[in-house]
Amino acid sequence: MAQPTTNQFIKGLWQQNPIFVQALGLCPALAVSNSAINALTMGLATSFVLLSSGVIISSIRSLIPREARIVSYICIIASLVTTVDYVIKAISLDLHKSLGAFISLIVVNCLILGRAEAFASRNTVGKTVLDSAGMGAGFTIALLCIGVIREVLGAGTLFGIGLFPDTFQTWTIMLLPSGGFFVLAFWLLAIGLWNDARERSAKTAEETA
Amino acid sequence: MEIASSPHVASGASVDDIMRNVVYALLPVVVFAVFAFGLSALLVLTTAVLACVGTEYVLNRVAGAPDTLGDWSVVITGLLYGLTLPPGLALWMVAVGGIFGVGVGKFLFGGLGSNAFNPALVGRAFLQAAFPSAMTTWSPAFLADRFAHISSSTLAFPFARPEYDAISAATPLSAMKFRDTGTDPMELMLGLTSGSVGETCAVLILVGGIYLVARNMMNWRITVSILATVATMTLIANTLAPGEYPQPMFMLLSGGLMLGAVFMATDPVASPITDTGCWVYGLLIGGLIVVIRFWGGMAEGVMYAILLANAVSPHIDNLVQPRVYGSRA
Repeated sequence: MAQPTTNQFIKGLWQQNPIFVQALGLCPALAVSNSAINALTMGLATSFVLLSSGVIISSIRSLIPREARIVSYICIIASLVTTVDYVIKAISLDLHKSLGAFISLIVVNCLILGRAEAFASRNTVGKTVLDSAGMGAGFTIALLCIGVIREVLGAGTLFGIGLFPDTFQTWTIMLLPSGGFFVLAFWLLAIGLWNDARERSAKTAEETA
Repeated sequence: MEIASSPHVASGASVDDIMRNVVYALLPVVVFAVFAFGLSALLVLTTAVLACVGTEYVLNRVAGAPDTLGDWSVVITGLLYGLTLPPGLALWMVAVGGIFGVGVGKFLFGGLGSNAFNPALVGRAFLQAAFPSAMTTWSPAFLADRFAHISSSTLAFPFARPEYDAISAATPLSAMKFRDTGTDPMELMLGLTSGSVGETCAVLILVGGIYLVARNMMNWRITVSILATVATMTLIANTLAPGEYPQPMFMLLSGGLMLGAVFMATDPVASPITDTGCWVYGLLIGGLIVVIRFWGGMAEGVMYAILLANAVSPHIDNLVQPRVYGSRA
């Protein structure tokens, strides 16, 4: 069945969302989603690497020998991550410190290698751009979904701006790693319930029709 | 002739029979808690039970599952959960922990009989991680105006930080750990000290436990094993370095040990099934309690000890499974 090309983009946002559906790249999603700004930076940095590595790999895909493809992908991804690392350091040293080792660890994010292997190495540049952009956007949105809840409850702020009067009781657990697991689980539960409800209503619609 | 599958001999005690008797066993503890900590404790306990019962009711309705309030188990969860909380805890926090304990600790695992962890302790552990300062602020027992005045911290507005109007007291355990001052074992026995709502009076907890054992509704092996392990380990430590470690009597009667050993660790769902398994399970809990209290960063470790042992209890059962007659290895 021929799919409209925009689906290559949309699927990363929803049907194949890297975090909520494929459960890829959970390590940064849990570790640096303790505030919205960290989540956003991590999402954008990963998206940038995903998009540029996708473009490079798909444009030279006929030149890469099959036997040495993983090591070639890693070289390309690592060069891009080094660039991102320096850029973030130049923009804000504080941000760089709070993200810590997780920027360098983008190299081994299974999402990026997975898209390179599964999509970029066998599709045209145009399709790869749509796929990578969709996956990157889906990853960023998922991280923000987790980061916003953790920051609002854990610190009473959003992007560093205070939301509540001084008497607000902060939920320490949300800033701890366990809070990341709970919020991710909450989102997975909510999305699962939503999908269930949609499937059920689609089934009843089919039966009545 | 009627043909039925096993078991053919039923003891007559059903789940709600046992659970109702646990409530009776807890009643003296509850009454003493309200007597010692006043209206605030009454409100904390009521909110805890209502939050747990309400969560179970709503989740059953949402999932389309049969109503399970009639088996009384969620009332016990609520009561036990309330008994482990500090008396001045804000009511909205009590509700949050109750919803979390029953929702995540029990319902998501599949309800009564399937929960891997004691739901009451899951709720308390969540609060301990979410609001560490509120969970370690203890109002003193036997305040003069405890029946006329509700602590302002109890009535804190939802999501607002509680303000404490009474000077907070040290529990016997934190006094021992951070100030090196002991407490008279007689005071601990009678519950004259500060602490969580229902953990202070060791005698009444033991009376409740003995009632349940006498009615054959509680596994005494777990309780005995925990108490014996704690006593032995403390005795050894105390003999080797008397100045550094407390007396066994102090360890047994202070903090949540009695409440935990009698009512929490014996949760029939989350504890091992075999007799040997129960002894091992108690040994593990007792050992962890001593380790956390002596060398951990916190003054009290009963809750984490029981939750950790809950996690391994199926494995304990597997390890001590007797060899089937005639089988190899």
